[in-house]
Amino acid sequence: MFDDFFVRALFAGIGIAFVTGPLGCFVVWRRLSYFGDTLAHSALLGVTMAYTLDLNIAISVFLISSVIALILIQLQKKTNLPGDALLGLLAHSSLAVGLVVIGFLTFIRFDIMGLLFGDILAVTTDDLLIIWTGGALILLVLKLIWKPLFASTVNYELAEAEGLNPDKAKAIFTILMAAVIAISIKMVGLLLITGMLIIPAAMARNISDSPQKMVLFSIIGGLLSVVLGLYSSLEFNTSSGPSIIAASLVLFILSLFKIKQSIKLKN
Amino acid sequence: MSTENNILVKLHNAGFKQNNKWLVEGVSLTVEKGKIVTLIGPNGSGKSTTAKIALGIYKNIEGNVEKYTNKVGYVPQKISIDWTLPLRVCDFMLLTESISEKDIDEALSLTGVIHLKNKNLGNLSGGEFQRVLIARAISKKPELLVLDEPVQGVDYTGEIALYELIKNISDTLSCGILLISHDLHTVMTATDHVVCLNGHVCCSGSPMDVAKNNEYKALFGEKASQILTVYEHKHDHVHSEEGEIKKN
Repeated sequence: MFDDFFVRALFAGIGIAFVTGPLGCFVVWRRLSYFGDTLAHSALLGVTMAYTLDLNIAISVFLISSVIALILIQLQKKTNLPGDALLGLLAHSSLAVGLVVIGFLTFIRFDIMGLLFGDILAVTTDDLLIIWTGGALILLVLKLIWKPLFASTVNYELAEAEGLNPDKAKAIFTILMAAVIAISIKMVGLLLITGMLIIPAAMARNISDSPQKMVLFSIIGGLLSVVLGLYSSLEFNTSSGPSIIAASLVLFILSLFKIKQSIKLKN
Repeated sequence: MSTENNILVKLHNAGFKQNNKWLVEGVSLTVEKGKIVTLIGPNGSGKSTTAKIALGIYKNIEGNVEKYTNKVGYVPQKISIDWTLPLRVCDFMLLTESISEKDIDEALSLTGVIHLKNKNLGNLSGGEFQRVLIARAISKKPELLVLDEPVQGVDYTGEIALYELIKNISDTLSCGILLISHDLHTVMTATDHVVCLNGHVCCSGSPMDVAKNNEYKALFGEKASQILTVYEHKHDHVHSEEGEIKKN
């Protein structure tokens, strides 16, 4: 059944949506959208490393993104620069270095557009395996650190005072971010991964009144975006990433009507 | 030996420095089971800092802290909840520990906010939110309660009721309480031990001892120490069985 490229893409997208849903909620809650962007930009370096050393793309992207995250944490401790400047520095320099390295690798033909915006034709059965096992692992770890991570998202000092060890949870969450980018890069493309994390979660925020509901709606929103996006990608011959993100935007706009209604009810 | 076992948290010569400035230094105090220790002092005297040292929130401290319990309930002085989080009161109650529905209801009833259980946290008033914070801290039946200005923004009658509740909790759960309060009246009526801070420990002891201390008078003025004298006055006589007043 996985012989058909479209079925493979569909299953890959569904697997990704299950993971980006809950992680995206934390990205929104903890204001990490630019951090996600930085990791995604650095993924290009990971892709070039995969081609030069003949590694699996997901694994190589995961390694490079984790290293970039560690560098960021070190820079935050050692310099007096504000967080957003450091993120910008790392995002653009790793993207630039990645592109320069690609320039040197003349013996390999790169599909730059596919890298930046995703390519459903590129999903192999091996990728499916990585997405589903990797995704299941990410969700399992997220479930294990949920309590300290969520408590420290609400209030760091409460979590710390009541013995939940929020610093450890934060470090593990950073690794999970690198992992989700690694498994979704082929499908969504590195410029749009953060959109896949944020937009369904933002849509979910508009229609939910509890954290659990927001996670649930965020997953559902992601799944719908993937299905709608991929079918239109097939129909109109557009890149898979932008089609999925555009679909999630439509869902977000629809969710705005719900807000309007609840404001009316309150008045 | 028995008192040794009752110790929940012990600060020895503890201090905390930020940007080369001491926020507080040389604090020694002990919170025991069933006892209420109150920190008083002017603004910026290091009361909240001392509480955070005791809780282990600050890491690079001078001196040492021995904490013998992990069952802690904390009501911070300042807490801001982000609008990006859809959080109801009942979700907030489960923040650091999974407690039963019954315990949640009981704690919310005790602080008089059970009707707000399904309300969004962002829609509460300051006083209501403060009551929810206290309910959350007590609902997990902690061994150590740290209350940093717990009744700020609560109406007058509520304030008295909440202080009574805090006193009750210390008796029924026999938990130790570290209380920070501006209200000198409360300090006298419910506290076992008072620590008066002003960047360091000015004086400490029973409420009576502290009231008589000259440094305390210098810090809070004559009037403050009169509050204590009034209180002391109540105890300078005993009632005989016939209802007659006998001077000590």
